[in-house]
Amino acid sequence: MELTGAEIFVRCLQDEGVELLFGYPGGAVLHIYDALYQQDKVQHILVRHEQAATHAADGYARATGKPGCVLVTSGPGATNAVTGIATAYMDSIPMVVFTGQVPTSLIGNDAFQEVDNIGITRPCVKHNFLVKDVRDLAVTIKKAFYVATTGRPGPVVVDIPKDVTAARCEYSYPKKVRMRSYNPTVKGHAGQIKRAVELLLQARRPMLYTGGGVILDNASEQLIELTRLLNFPITNTLMGLGAYPATDRQFVGMLGMHGTYEANMAMHNCDVLVAVGARFDDRVTGNIEKFCPSAKIIHIDVDPASISKNVKVDVPIVGSVGNVLEQLLKLIKAGKARPDPEALAAWWEQIEEWRGLDCLKYDRGSELVKPQYVLETLYKVTNGDAFVTSDVGQHQMWAAQFYKFDKPRRWINSGGLGTMGFGFPAAMGVQLAYPDETVCCITGEGSIQMCIQELSTCLQYGLPVKIINLNNRYLGMVRQWQEFFYQKRYAMSYMESLPDFVKLAESYGHVGMQIDKPQDVEGALKEAMQLKDRLVFLDFITDQSENVYPMIPAGAGQNEMILI
Amino acid sequence: MRHIISILMENEAGALSRVAGLFSARAYNIESLTVAPTEDPSLSRMTIVTTGTEEIIEQITKQLNKLVDVVRLMDMTDGPHIEREMMMVKVRAEAGQREEFKRLADIFRGRIIDVTESTYVIELTGDSAKLDAFLQAVDTGKIIEVVRSGVSGIARGEKALNI
Ligand SMILES: Cc1cc2nc3c(=O)[nH]c(=O)nc-3n(C[C@H](O)[C@H](O)[C@H](O)COP(=O)(O)OP(=O)(O)OC[C@H]3O[C@@H](n4cnc5c(N)ncnc54)[C@H](O)[C@@H]3O)c2cc1C
Ligand SMILES: Cc1ncc(C[n+]2csc(CCOP(=O)(O)OP(=O)(O)O)c2C)c(N)n1
Ligand SMILES: [Mg+2]
Repeated sequence: MELTGAEIFVRCLQDEGVELLFGYPGGAVLHIYDALYQQDKVQHILVRHEQAATHAADGYARATGKPGCVLVTSGPGATNAVTGIATAYMDSIPMVVFTGQVPTSLIGNDAFQEVDNIGITRPCVKHNFLVKDVRDLAVTIKKAFYVATTGRPGPVVVDIPKDVTAARCEYSYPKKVRMRSYNPTVKGHAGQIKRAVELLLQARRPMLYTGGGVILDNASEQLIELTRLLNFPITNTLMGLGAYPATDRQFVGMLGMHGTYEANMAMHNCDVLVAVGARFDDRVTGNIEKFCPSAKIIHIDVDPASISKNVKVDVPIVGSVGNVLEQLLKLIKAGKARPDPEALAAWWEQIEEWRGLDCLKYDRGSELVKPQYVLETLYKVTNGDAFVTSDVGQHQMWAAQFYKFDKPRRWINSGGLGTMGFGFPAAMGVQLAYPDETVCCITGEGSIQMCIQELSTCLQYGLPVKIINLNNRYLGMVRQWQEFFYQKRYAMSYMESLPDFVKLAESYGHVGMQIDKPQDVEGALKEAMQLKDRLVFLDFITDQSENVYPMIPAGAGQNEMILI
Repeated sequence: MRHIISILMENEAGALSRVAGLFSARAYNIESLTVAPTEDPSLSRMTIVTTGTEEIIEQITKQLNKLVDVVRLMDMTDGPHIEREMMMVKVRAEAGQREEFKRLADIFRGRIIDVTESTYVIELTGDSAKLDAFLQAVDTGKIIEVVRSGVSGIARGEKALNI
């Protein structure tokens, strides 16, 4: 039987097993919305701004490992989605975004709500497709999911002109697609594996530096096994938190600009560095010239272009984290050789000395609500078992430092693009994926206002997200840089004319609370967590002058941290 | 160093803009870029001449390979290869100079392919250095117009860029 393009679209999503589609309607996608209306397998979530649709789908993808799906209309619908697409791209998140387009006969005519979606999104997608013929629709959608979820994941845009959704053809959804131009390497090269194992076994001051790739590849188990087998210290990037249990002794905390002293010092002084699914971002390396001066570097990454991009490595291994770690484990376990235990003991002694500095200490006697205290308490109250999303700023760094993630996919934040406005819609996506879990969004009064309209979406779908607003009345991260590097000239970093967040939450039918005394923090958090089916907006009036420590200032090496 | 990179790409709308976009977004140099269909209509072949340090060239080839439309890639400069570029030069060739242009074209194995009372169009094929040398040999005042095809390249011997 022949179906319309719109019906084919819906059938494809059903056959792909898509549960949730985040979107917003408009002229170019009306046929599709009509087809969606007549089925109930794919649930459509109506957001209040297309940016939120992309972040929600992204949050869903990060929490579940399944691709997030978005549908927006042509023109402004598509341009509003771009920030979210770029956010997912920078963090390698699998996502398929369907954008409506004007009818093929009008493309290029400056038609109503026409914009070159393919051109606009090209630099921030893994790939994009324009479907010009309804007969290509199903196979293109299959390819989009395939490309988005394999190799180094990433967002894929499928641009669908309106006439294609009205045209008819026979439907069949391909079980598999093959693309001769796209074949990611997933198994590590045996010769490189051997060289890597030799280096690992000779290491006297080893260091494991692992990132988002471990989480994307669901390879925590293999990582834990290798780390324990070798008794190596391990650090995670901001994107990698949770891949290795943060409460384990071998974990030395996050590394990088706001990482721990022990992690950065261990990096700087190590003799063998193993980078696993991490991309040597400048927030991690600090000054490249001063990076890991005495280390031989092994780098495992599925994307050859990540390897030797910023830092030249000695043993490149292209492949997926899980496979390569298994290959390494197999070879190590096949032999008797192990790294010199005495050298390791001395190395651990050194690391414990650095750890003893307690670089994350803060004033616990303060009369003011310290943001760090709120996060420590949140960790306690949620038994360290919540899904935590974050916006961007100081609050993000404190969340990364003070909430100890023992499991992957629990910490959800925008690292690569650093998109303010990400946290709240992402939390909606997570909550929809896991209706019975506790989902907290750590945010600041600046960030939350970038997607605050989603309070309405949460009401519509009954999403009991807990918003932890660390309200310092400043664009705190900006203020911190101005304090340190611009002689305290606080240009445009003071947030004036803030709304009454409690009333705002209430006006959307939610619960609001304001907390301005340290002694009320724990009680408020407990009360909020007990309101299982309500969204609670917790507005914490925090110490305005608090800064994120430690810090590697711009241009400095990892061994040159500013400590409190 | 100068590198000649050839790629086979899916012959799809927008493929060229992906390559061009990659070079501008990552601030890579691009000296010339040519693209045309191959004997297989589903594939087009692109030749890019670029310059950069070894690290940059490595990134360029990796980033090109990463484009989902790129089927295969070869850096011609890695091995023995033949480089060719075609050029047409329109010169002012009036009475006294016509013989001289003819001689110059012969020396460079060029051909005169259009003649009017006052102009010649000379066609020349060779590597880019040879074309540059020709232009240097001609009195600049006499050049009306120059059009170059951009470089294409092919590996010598058994090595080939195909699928
Ligand atoms: C305000 C702010 C401050 C920040 N401060 C810090 C900081 O102090 N410390 C810090 O670490 N970061 C910090 N960041 C984040 C930073 O910008 C980067 O986003 C982050 O460091 C990158 O993490 P990653 O290296 O794990 O790479 P990701 O972006 O997670 O990339 C993953 C890597 O793994 C590879 N990969 C993907 N899938 C697979 C697979 N299946 N198999 C193998 N490899 C795979 C990819 O090709 C890629 O190279 C900060 C961000 C912000 C906004
Ligand atoms: C969309 C966007 N615009 C601007 C920035 C730059 N920026 C980074 S952090 C920050 C301040 C965030 O303020 P707030 O949300 O209040 O968090 P705080 O740092 O105070 O905890 C700004 C403006 C950004 N990351 N994203
Ligand atoms: Mg703030």
